[in-house]
Amino acid sequence: MQNLQLLFQAPVFNVQLFLDGLFIGAIFALAAFGMALVWGVMNIINVAQGEFVMLGGFITLLVVQAGLSPLLGIPAAALALFVLGWLLYRLVIWRIVDGDMFISLLATFGISIMMQQLMNEIFGADVRTAESGLGVWYLFDGMVTVTQIKVAAFALSIVIGLLLWLFLKNARLGQAIRATAQNARAARILGVDTDRVYAATYAINAALCGAAGALVVMAWSIHPYMGLPYTLRSFMIVIIAGLGNLAGVIAAGLGLGVAEQFAGFLLGAEFQLAFVFLLLVAVLVGRQISLARKRQYLK
Amino acid sequence: MSTRTAGIIAYAALFAIGLFGPWLFPAHLSQFSKLWLFMVLALSWDLLGGQTGYNSFGNIMFFGIGMYASAVLQVGLIYPVADYTAAKGGGTEFVFSAQQIYAGLALGVPFGGLVAMLAAVVFGALLLGMRGHYFAIATLGLAVATAELAAGWDYIGAGSGMIAPPLPNDIDGTRLFYYLSFALAMLTIAFLAWLYATRFRLAINAIRDDEDKAEALGHYTVRNKMAAWAISALFTGLAGAIYGNLSRFIDPHDIAFNAEVGVWMILMAILGGMGTLWGPVIGAIVFFISKELFWTYLLGWQRVALGALIVVIVVFFPEGIVGWVKNRWPRLFAPPTEEDSPRQPDNGGEAAHA
Repeated sequence: MQNLQLLFQAPVFNVQLFLDGLFIGAIFALAAFGMALVWGVMNIINVAQGEFVMLGGFITLLVVQAGLSPLLGIPAAALALFVLGWLLYRLVIWRIVDGDMFISLLATFGISIMMQQLMNEIFGADVRTAESGLGVWYLFDGMVTVTQIKVAAFALSIVIGLLLWLFLKNARLGQAIRATAQNARAARILGVDTDRVYAATYAINAALCGAAGALVVMAWSIHPYMGLPYTLRSFMIVIIAGLGNLAGVIAAGLGLGVAEQFAGFLLGAEFQLAFVFLLLVAVLVGRQISLARKRQYLK
Repeated sequence: MSTRTAGIIAYAALFAIGLFGPWLFPAHLSQFSKLWLFMVLALSWDLLGGQTGYNSFGNIMFFGIGMYASAVLQVGLIYPVADYTAAKGGGTEFVFSAQQIYAGLALGVPFGGLVAMLAAVVFGALLLGMRGHYFAIATLGLAVATAELAAGWDYIGAGSGMIAPPLPNDIDGTRLFYYLSFALAMLTIAFLAWLYATRFRLAINAIRDDEDKAEALGHYTVRNKMAAWAISALFTGLAGAIYGNLSRFIDPHDIAFNAEVGVWMILMAILGGMGTLWGPVIGAIVFFISKELFWTYLLGWQRVALGALIVVIVVFFPEGIVGWVKNRWPRLFAPPTEEDSPRQPDNGGEAAHA
């Protein structure tokens, strides 16, 4: 508990942790938004979510290796992942859309294992990062350091989330996606090509994660086996916020990011992931207990 | 031939092959020990997944808990565990006599199973109220959390893991653990065959088919679910305890709480046929052989092949081998009718039919 005392003696550490938490939390919110989209529209929990983030990061690394600015990696990763998502839908996902959710969990888990190993073979297991070329801000006499790329990543992920929200609200395809989420059968009767909507939804989710991954590799770091924590975080955020609640997703994402930073500082970095996973279980158990009072259950 | 006779014949055949295993395949003995243990994992996963309808993605935690609990007891009977793990198990001062080793094994392995069972009761009280994918993700979260906790806990060696006590030099450890694994697999099959012949199976199948109706009918669904998970955890924990001694090196992420192995057990059950006794056995054999082939011939790309295999199995072949055979030749599995039975009732037969 030495670290706890430190937080009280030097309150400026709180600021550092809080800011770091907010910055990473926006990324979590972005990935969670994609998961909520796929979950709500297609009734699939995409376990490969974290792997899409990782792939976006590696594509940005390729862009950097080609001598281009890493900021170009964001559209490049989004585009590449959009194509990959569409291909995956046409190959595998369309067969499991109407099926048991258990099957979709396992199938996407299989996809995630494949991607992990593929990236491990191609890029190696090292922790990688892309240099953004942006500077660092020092606040409070240098006690708090804020890398500008983290601020940029934060702003960009909010912008991307809002763009997607506007797309879902106003664009023709976005409206078709929301109609399918409400009632797929009715949408089909009214002339919506639900198969195409599903493909677009899955591809948009992949693109979203790809963009998030591009931000992660610039502001933090990536490696081939980073996926599962991102998937579980997304899942947790979606459970807390509920499906189709953008403001809730952002709030839960930022809150999770901050909570994780503080937990990592207080408990030690080696327990940070354990904290995340236990928090997931605690959230689920808490929801379950409150529902059980009303003779309902998590389903 | 009824399914019961076929089952007995299959069990006898498996028993014979297993018993003479060390002479049939001496070069691959430790692989075959793992096969027996994987069979136990698939069978015990299926008790909750296939029979009760609760798809746990986290049964691997019982494997790891059993492994660590056994190793801690085996060491802790003789030396302080913290000193032992601090020396990374390599210290020369930690000498075990033959008696201490056998006593440790005899106590440690059942202890591992019991601790895992206890964990299942505790977690079951918290998690078994959830259904479907919520239960699946909650168990997955719990399993990876246990892995992280084990990797951060210095008492059991933290990230660098723990080393199980060595065997006496004059003992062929591979063969000893082969027979232990084999015995556990045979025990599991026999126990589950008995369990699936009781009313308990009907009760848990009712939960799988419609839990609300089962509850409305007055079944103690919570008690039955907990019992199913506890039995499942007991066997998984026993398998973990033996596996830890077999591999000797216990690593939190790669061996004890490997989430991927947690998915393998599901896959073995699906591949063979969920909700059947022999499905997981057949699935374990087929899966294990293909896994060993991947690891031998596709090294580096083995997980790519494995991931593709997972996708293909769950998307195209979800009913499994036994399920496929059942659909193809349903008459083989039909309950015996009067036409099949050799003894015809000499009176009242028509009346019963009318």
